[in-house]
Amino acid sequence: MAYMVEIKDITRRYGNINALDKINLSIMKGEIFTIIGPNGSGKTTALRIMAGIDRPTSGEVYFDGVKVDEGNMSKIRTKSTMVFQKTALFNTTVYKNIAYGLKLRGFSKKEIEEKVKDGLKIVSLEDYENRWAKKLSGGEQQRVSLARALVLNTELLLLDEPTANLDPMNVSIIEETISWVNRERKTTVVMATHNMFQAENLTNRAALLLEGKIREIGTTQEIFKDPSEYFISFARTENVFSGISKILKEGTSVINVGDGVLIEAVPKKSGKIRLFVRSEDIVLSRNPIISSARNTFNGRIVGISDLKSLVKLKVNVGKEFVVQVTKRSFTEMQLNVGTEVYITFKASSVHVI
Amino acid sequence: MGIEILEGIKSVLEFVLSGDQKIMNITIRTIAISGTATLLSTIWGSPIGVLLGLKKFRGRLLIKGFFNAMIGIPAVALGLILYLLFSNAGPLGFLQILYSSYGIIIGQALLITPLTVSFIASAVESVGPEIRDLAKTLGASEVQISLVILKEAMSGVVLAITASFNRAIAELGVALLIGGNIRGFTRVLTTAIALETAKGEILLGIALTIILLLIVSVVNLTVNLIQRRKIWRIW
Repeated sequence: MAYMVEIKDITRRYGNINALDKINLSIMKGEIFTIIGPNGSGKTTALRIMAGIDRPTSGEVYFDGVKVDEGNMSKIRTKSTMVFQKTALFNTTVYKNIAYGLKLRGFSKKEIEEKVKDGLKIVSLEDYENRWAKKLSGGEQQRVSLARALVLNTELLLLDEPTANLDPMNVSIIEETISWVNRERKTTVVMATHNMFQAENLTNRAALLLEGKIREIGTTQEIFKDPSEYFISFARTENVFSGISKILKEGTSVINVGDGVLIEAVPKKSGKIRLFVRSEDIVLSRNPIISSARNTFNGRIVGISDLKSLVKLKVNVGKEFVVQVTKRSFTEMQLNVGTEVYITFKASSVHVI
Repeated sequence: MGIEILEGIKSVLEFVLSGDQKIMNITIRTIAISGTATLLSTIWGSPIGVLLGLKKFRGRLLIKGFFNAMIGIPAVALGLILYLLFSNAGPLGFLQILYSSYGIIIGQALLITPLTVSFIASAVESVGPEIRDLAKTLGASEVQISLVILKEAMSGVVLAITASFNRAIAELGVALLIGGNIRGFTRVLTTAIALETAKGEILLGIALTIILLLIVSVVNLTVNLIQRRKIWRIW
């Protein structure tokens, strides 16, 4: 098995804190690998060490089978590139931002022009060459960063939370680009995320990083099919239910999670399963609504917590669900503890784990 | 007061339109002296500023603190120190630059050096670590990384240089003590304003002041405009 990058017994200490604690990771050539973990778990540090822009306190890094040291570090750095979570742009045009790495690599002016044009096309920003990079929207800026990394056509692409804080359109453009570059160019991709759906949809293998230690590693199917306690504790603390599933004639499943709550789900599974629903996928209403959504429950609000622009509500419908609404809806609907409400979600919003 | 200023504007127009040779000469001399002083201060001040902003070394904070403190040195105090150094009996008397334009140039350059150094250092420092990481991951060497940081700091560097020019052209102490305000030789706008006003030639004083203000505004506006329009070209 050929490895693109291997890190062995890597520890990275900042002051008294071990950001990484003796971790081992081997990334195979041509795969998309995800490092999943909450904020502060050491994902960024791991990527920075693979990118050669941070050095481990102890441990060894191998790139394409070669041990990385002081002497070959800068050469190896040109074979990989990293896109940061906090978008960093040079204070100039989109064109010059993307051209920078190409100039360093000595491409001719004509080649650079072509490559920049291609790069912008990949991230759906055609004709943005002369725009001022820092004046673009957040999503566009992140796409420029991605294009700037892609035009270098490096063997390894490192992405640190590439879609954090972006709207769904930008997220889907970036996700499509990531799978395209892996599929068409065979670029090895290592991506850090705390979004496990992204990990599930995009990647072959994943590792769960918690407090600087790798707690779980394997194919995404393995991890998601049979999630460990660690994984569940990180991935979901809200709206996780377990129950007995039965396959219906219509081709869906119904899961009895107890206390009279029956949840309809798309995956056809029977037996004891665990499921969860994202709080942002649940619609809250004061009256029952007629819709295509298969799951509607009636209950009362039992808890309210304020999250700046959003409000999180706990609704007891037999089981307690956490639901998110905007502050505006919260005010307009005159919600309070004890208010009778309906919660509705689609069968396809039910994730079986 | 308002009428006098209006009169001043009128006489400036008259002077300029009639091409009054004396005032033209003073103006040109002022720009040449302070411009050269700014050039000198930029030449020796920017490497120091970039170094202070970019590299962490022992004694860095001490040097930075020194330059920061020296920003505030009164022009007349520096003028007096240089006067003592440059006078015939002084240790640098052999240079024979007291009461010459060269003397003023050196004096003003020294006066504004702390400003140039400190402003450039903080402009370079203000470029976040993410730019360094970005250049690194795109494949830049150490020298190329430093260049990138300098480019990112460019608007701050330009500000440092214009602010230095502003201080040079507006100061009186050095020009008076080192230059001596000799007519047709070392007289600059600020010394001429002081003299004419003291003589009771208020209108001429106002006219000269307006010229000085015009120079400062035009230079700053032009620099600002060029910077806004063209700064991306440095990439």
